[in-house]
Amino acid sequence: MSQDETHTIDIIGKPSRHKIQEKIVTYFMLLCSSVAILTTIGILASLTFETFAFFQKVSFLDFLFGLEWSPQTALRSDQVGSSGSFGAVPLITGTLLISAIAMFFATPLGLLSAIYLAEYASKNVRAVVKPLLELLAGIPTVVYGFFAALIIAPFLRGGGENVGLVISSESALAAGLTMGVMIIPLISSLSDDVINAVPQSLRDASYGLGATQTETIKEVILPAAIPGIAGSLLLATSRAIGETMIVVMAAGLAANLTANPFEAVTTVTVQIVTLLTGDQEFESAKTLSAFALGFFLFIITLCLNIVALKIVDHYKEQYD
Amino acid sequence: MTDNINILIASSNAKRQSAERSFRVYGIFAIILSLSFLFIMIGSIGLRGATAFKQSFVQIEMEIPSDKIDADNIKRARFGKLLKAALRDSFPDLKSRKEKKQLYKLISSNAEYSIRDQVLQSPEIIGTKAKFWVRASSDVDMYLKGYIDTNIPEDQRRISDLQLSWIGKFQDAGQIESRFNTRFFLGGDSREPEQAGILGAVIGSALSLLVCFLIAFPLGVFAAVYLEEFAPKGKLSRVIEININNLAAVPSIVFGLLGLAIFLNFFNLPRSTPLVGGMVLALMTLPTIIIASRAALRAVPPSIRQAAIGLGASKVQTTFHHVIPLAMPGMLTGSIIGMAQALGETAPLLMIGMVAFIVDVPQGITDAATALPVQIFLWADSPERGFLEKTSAAILVLLVFLIVMNLVAIILRRRLEKRW
Repeated sequence: MSQDETHTIDIIGKPSRHKIQEKIVTYFMLLCSSVAILTTIGILASLTFETFAFFQKVSFLDFLFGLEWSPQTALRSDQVGSSGSFGAVPLITGTLLISAIAMFFATPLGLLSAIYLAEYASKNVRAVVKPLLELLAGIPTVVYGFFAALIIAPFLRGGGENVGLVISSESALAAGLTMGVMIIPLISSLSDDVINAVPQSLRDASYGLGATQTETIKEVILPAAIPGIAGSLLLATSRAIGETMIVVMAAGLAANLTANPFEAVTTVTVQIVTLLTGDQEFESAKTLSAFALGFFLFIITLCLNIVALKIVDHYKEQYD
Repeated sequence: MTDNINILIASSNAKRQSAERSFRVYGIFAIILSLSFLFIMIGSIGLRGATAFKQSFVQIEMEIPSDKIDADNIKRARFGKLLKAALRDSFPDLKSRKEKKQLYKLISSNAEYSIRDQVLQSPEIIGTKAKFWVRASSDVDMYLKGYIDTNIPEDQRRISDLQLSWIGKFQDAGQIESRFNTRFFLGGDSREPEQAGILGAVIGSALSLLVCFLIAFPLGVFAAVYLEEFAPKGKLSRVIEININNLAAVPSIVFGLLGLAIFLNFFNLPRSTPLVGGMVLALMTLPTIIIASRAALRAVPPSIRQAAIGLGASKVQTTFHHVIPLAMPGMLTGSIIGMAQALGETAPLLMIGMVAFIVDVPQGITDAATALPVQIFLWADSPERGFLEKTSAAILVLLVFLIVMNLVAIILRRRLEKRW
């Protein structure tokens, strides 16, 4: 009897002490997971704060619709162009031009690779090719940037000279192509997952009706996988827009408003890097404009990501 | 009638078969093209970088007069003057200052210090005539490695005909040697390509990654455990989850802006340091670690949890005594892959000022430092021919580090991970 009693006391006594400890542990872990939210809040707060300060110096409409970007503020106020001009349009078109070239190049290559790997390739081929493509994705972007400046740009320039085209050594084409190479594995691995998620029953039904493998892919699998593929293309676009090192090393610095891929253009990320490396005085419009560009970049990529992830999630649920 | 249909089917079959074949070929072509970029990139950089592991040395015979060098105060002696005199002695027929200047340019500008160090090591050579191997200048090194075309006009190349004749004489006398370039691995950055090394950048990267791991690993693991094992499946955990997925796709330069605005300008942490670099990288790798850790936790079968709870363990005990140890290999491999990504990251480090020219090897996390990818970026920007080779070699070193980290992750996964 007495033994039983001590047990009861133990059981009642221990849990209550444990319960407090466990509560503390649980709250500590909740705190850890909220760091992710704090990071987002930190990004938003710091960017909004500086951007707001920037728009007190430069009008919002001038920034969004201005066609000229030359952020150099002069030392003396009586100099020509002393205020600098902060029209973001050439940067945005430059970013879009390079991203478009990258996507134009990477989409067919990435998609065809994914289709081949998912539908045709034997297990052995897959086991070799997939890690190699992942290797391509694992190479740091600074290496791509060096490759673009060292090999691709001179190659394009030389090729252009041979056929009578003038291609700038910092052309949008060189940066875009290199970025495309970087994006191929991203598209192929995401699309590979998406294509693999299409249920086997759809394939079997198509083969049963006498369709060839190619017809099955074109008429059945791709239409079924289109939303997922669209999602992965959006993610890849967002990656291209936010990519920094390739364009810093291979694209130009001057803000040209052009759609010609053979000319040099600059991008939002290039300008952020140029404005914030080297000597900077804080609270000048020049420095603050980098944060405004960063804010803009964050919002655009965030919207693309949210939409893309929603599409992919929705698509996966459809076949689960 | 049936004949007609048969012919129709036969002809359309041939068309369908050829469409089948060509589609297959497109796929193969796409893969080959993508992979050929990989090989061209690594191949071209590898070829350019391989020569950087060797460096040309010139042997100089030099008088170490005891009347000019005080054995008790070797550091104060002026070896530069002696070295120049020795060089002039090798080619006594030089008259003009211009020619002499060209002669001095054959050897690295820090050669006098390496001679001083050798004399410091063996002071007994004072008063004798000794032979020293010193680094050739970068231009000479580039010429000897075959990067300078001597067919172009003299005024357009970095090395003159006169210098070429001297190099020829040195070569004939066996006074030029190509040696393994230890300084590349053991030295800090320099303005002179032949003296530049990556040790400072490697240590900077290592310190940043250390800070990054110490912050991101515990945070990421606890966050993953909470989200996977404890979080009520409500709105809050859904918000956190979406947030983490989105953070993983935020451009890295935005994290750099965050670091600049919050860590540097708001908290006034020291600029250009591995401390801040590691903190920024930690925030970037956190989503990767959380996502990988959650996958590892999900792979632990529910029966483990049920057994522990059935034996009277509490939720926290079950998680910490049973689930986490079983998920640890997966969490570690995910973290190593996250660290490998962080090692290659450049843009956010540019934002927090780890892009300065720093000669000294950093001693701690609050010393100004640079990182390996940033060093690559800096050298890639330098116009000298010698840095092209150094950039490629630094890329090779970076790739080796990345491959080793990924291999460790793969081996760890194979060794420790259980299949349930």
